[in-house]
Amino acid sequence: MNAADVPQENSATYGGHLKAVYARTRNGQLALVQTCGWEAEETVTRQAVQMFDALAAAAQERARAGQSAPLEAHMYRARMDIALLAQATGLWRWQVRRHFRPAVFARLSEGLRERYAQALGIHPGQLGAID
Amino acid sequence: MTASSFDHQQASHCESGVMSAIARHHGMPLSEPMAFGLSSALAFAFLPFIKLSGMPLVSYRMPPGAIIRGLQKPLRFSMVSEKFRSPEAGAAKLDKLLADGHVVGLQVSVFWLPFMPPDFRFHFNAHNLLAYGRDESSGDYLLSDPVLEAPVRCAPADLARARFARGLLAPKGLLYYPKSAPQEPDWERAIPAAIKKTARVMLHAPLPFIGTKGIIRVARAFERLPTADPQAAKLYVGHLVRMQEEIGTGGGGFRFMYAAFLEEAAVRIRHPALAELAEQLVGIGDFWREFALAAARMIRDRDPLDTRRLAALLHTQAAREKTFFAALQKALRRS
Repeated sequence: MNAADVPQENSATYGGHLKAVYARTRNGQLALVQTCGWEAEETVTRQAVQMFDALAAAAQERARAGQSAPLEAHMYRARMDIALLAQATGLWRWQVRRHFRPAVFARLSEGLRERYAQALGIHPGQLGAID
Repeated sequence: MTASSFDHQQASHCESGVMSAIARHHGMPLSEPMAFGLSSALAFAFLPFIKLSGMPLVSYRMPPGAIIRGLQKPLRFSMVSEKFRSPEAGAAKLDKLLADGHVVGLQVSVFWLPFMPPDFRFHFNAHNLLAYGRDESSGDYLLSDPVLEAPVRCAPADLARARFARGLLAPKGLLYYPKSAPQEPDWERAIPAAIKKTARVMLHAPLPFIGTKGIIRVARAFERLPTADPQAAKLYVGHLVRMQEEIGTGGGGFRFMYAAFLEEAAVRIRHPALAELAEQLVGIGDFWREFALAAARMIRDRDPLDTRRLAALLHTQAAREKTFFAALQKALRRS
């Protein structure tokens, strides 16, 4: 890739930052060239972000309908899945899945709420909120 | 040298950037591509049985830590690395090292770093950055993240969370710093040895999902993707492209960076054939970028989704890399 061909496509996913890639510069050497974005990369980053957004939105709908605890939506909002949330809290996957049941979630101990809040980086009071 | 005189330089990859900065800070100029190449960090691995958010692990380089460990022998120095059970112990040790004037490498999770752009913040636990001091009034850590343009600051609570994130490749507070200053390598020995190792990994790894064989495995996985569920197929294809291009690969899944290494090596050990091979590798990197573009167009429905066409590109790429690394091996044998 020549330095002149390094895409400069202003990817919103870069959040105003610049990244550096190696390309052939005018003096014939391979060196770092800054880039403000590439559409192909933006597409796949967006895709991953949107996947979690869609999962969170669906979980939120389920929470509103009383089919799932808000915990599930919080998990996807933190870009986690059940496997990762289980690892982050030190629980088994089946326990996490069980805690998604609204009736079980309602009886959750203070200690467990604290653990979930800690793992998700939110306040324990927010855990039950559907927002 | 004291930490206050730390000079931040942007790199394309975190671990090679951190090691290049550590060497430079200790008076041994070492470019990022040289750090990457000397530690034989280039590779390809497809490990479908390890899942990240339900997606198979794909990597265009050796596992995390390979650059930190791999530079010790050629640069004839040793690194001290330490993990911790508690965030408190991890913070105490980091503070002590910083107070002693050390520049300290840290393994962190990208997700918990507030200074990262929101769309980059996924649960990837093997990011590396350097701490070089603390702001006395606010207590913020002064960090040099090699993939960013400028140094950043981070509140102690945020850094602790990033250092002690759990999950796959959990950092467990890992910090590292050189015990002795890195020395100028014996280039004539270190460079050929490092290149031979990379060629061996790419061509003759005993496992079928490593090296060029791994690329063929991905191609076959693409061929098997369900046509009935285009959304799932697109996520799978997109995941591969993300691993190839997102945050710190130098573009083209590290192939451009390794080409820069070969070019520098050619001058260093007066071996012009390596410069010609570097040019070939640039072509291979370009082909990876074309693959990414073709995949992205399918994901956005600009082109019809055709995973078999992408698989065919991967088969071509595997063959090209096989020819390339065989030529690289041969070039070194003759000298």
